[in-house]
Amino acid sequence: MSTSSFLDKTIEGLNSKGFILEYTTDKYNEHNIVIDAKNALEVVQYLNAELGYNFLVDLTGSHYPDKENQEYQVVFHIQNLIENTRLRFKSNLSKNLMEFPSLTPVFSAANWMERETFDFFGIQFIGHPDLRRILNVDDMDYHPMRKEYALEDETRRDKNDTFFGR
Amino acid sequence: MSELEVNKKYNVQVSTETIDGEIATLNLGPTHPATHGIFQNVLKVDGERILHAEQTVGYIHRAFEKLAERRPYNQITPITDRLNYCSSPINNLGWHMTVEKLIGAEMPKRVDYMRVIVMELSRIADHLVCNSVIGVDTGALTGFTYMFQEREKIYDLFEEICGARLTTNVGRIGGFDRDFSPEFYSKLKTFLKEFPKNFDEFGSLLERNRIFMDRTIGAGPISAERALNYSFAGPNLRAAGVDYDVRVMKPYSSYQDFDFNIPVGTEGDTYDRFMVRQQEIRESLKIIHQALDNMPSGDYYADIPSFYLPPKEEVYRSMEALIYHFKIVMGETPIPVGEVYHSVEGGNGELGYYLVSDGGRNPYRLHFRRPCFIYYQAYPEMIKGSLLSDAILTMSSMNVIAGELDA
Repeated sequence: MSTSSFLDKTIEGLNSKGFILEYTTDKYNEHNIVIDAKNALEVVQYLNAELGYNFLVDLTGSHYPDKENQEYQVVFHIQNLIENTRLRFKSNLSKNLMEFPSLTPVFSAANWMERETFDFFGIQFIGHPDLRRILNVDDMDYHPMRKEYALEDETRRDKNDTFFGR
Repeated sequence: MSELEVNKKYNVQVSTETIDGEIATLNLGPTHPATHGIFQNVLKVDGERILHAEQTVGYIHRAFEKLAERRPYNQITPITDRLNYCSSPINNLGWHMTVEKLIGAEMPKRVDYMRVIVMELSRIADHLVCNSVIGVDTGALTGFTYMFQEREKIYDLFEEICGARLTTNVGRIGGFDRDFSPEFYSKLKTFLKEFPKNFDEFGSLLERNRIFMDRTIGAGPISAERALNYSFAGPNLRAAGVDYDVRVMKPYSSYQDFDFNIPVGTEGDTYDRFMVRQQEIRESLKIIHQALDNMPSGDYYADIPSFYLPPKEEVYRSMEALIYHFKIVMGETPIPVGEVYHSVEGGNGELGYYLVSDGGRNPYRLHFRRPCFIYYQAYPEMIKGSLLSDAILTMSSMNVIAGELDA
């Protein structure tokens, strides 16, 4: 089966279950699928069991403070090694409900990836066996990859970023 | 052989002779001469038998992803050096390719081939460290001393390309900063002539050595299913019997032009990981030979003036070159909005870059898929029930690099 027809089959299958909120293929030929956070575990279980997506490439988060009610995003890449098809899934989360189902029942690899995402963004992974900080110190009381934490100390006055800062 | 019984709490078989009902807690690390890097493992042991292990990571976390959000694209390359510092050039070039993918730049074939040579050399250096250290951890120091001499020669080659040895910062977005020098080619030819002989000597010390085989076969095994479930990649996954290699599955930098084999193991134990790396070194040599023989003529950089620094003489003479120079150095190049995921086959497996650009001078979000971080989770499962000395061996054969683990 060629890669594109397998991809069509995947999209069809996901569509028939009503999982896809938005599907785009971008100019880099990467396939972006937006799903609802509460369906994420079912989506992954379906892909893994029915369509042989057996490799969780990566899971991470990002923060878009300007998007109202979609401030946080969980992004994961999942790949079928036999058909060589990689998909990127995204779920938008509101800052008022930062919950995402843990993918650990399907992929053991999700364990630390989710801990890392929790550590840096504060996204709660429901059903995770051991959701603790992983790279930062345990008693840290904030999630440093959020955009409100500028890299440099904002109280400093000796640096002028007017021209070259973001 | 003494009788075995199952410890009920940890579900591990332990010898009846050693049981006195006492389980000791042992801190292996954070700094320990047998772990090569800053790793802490809190072990629950019954005698020498490991019942339970728990890792602590993050001792050298340097916030690379946060740092990257305030740096122009060019200035992120030195950060990537410090991920897997045993094979920095792969990290550098992987990052360059990610940015090139984002801006849609096509590289000339010559750049691709030059990159392949650099990347395969660093793969050899990376595997040499890992394999010779497996020897050290089994008590065979000799091979280590010989192979580190060879690794020094590879570092000499890197020095000839870019001036640096360990943290190379090699190449640029859009190619290389200069062509390979004639000295580089002559050194590389000498290396290619002498290395296989010395390497085979190293191989003959360990590959079919009865003591080494008894020591490593069956130590720290993992099945193909579990390895996939843990998203293993690279030599560790291939040792378990899954032939996944990014160079073949999603070819980048013209890897489709080369003829090479992907060695796979069967058991996923320390011996298989060692042998897969040994064989990969030989395949890498094949690739370097092919790249050298078929090196295309042409430029060592792509024609993308808004990203690739103009030659210094031009900057002093021409207005355009001066403007480009200023814009690139100040990070004012037009970056398209978009997001890409690009991965390369690093020394330890799929090294991925997830890059989100909002058109600004720095990435909006950059995430490194670090193979070490992902497969090191499986360590407790792999060493459960084994001896303490096997645990050390398992760690070194997985090639866990602290820099890549903690980012």
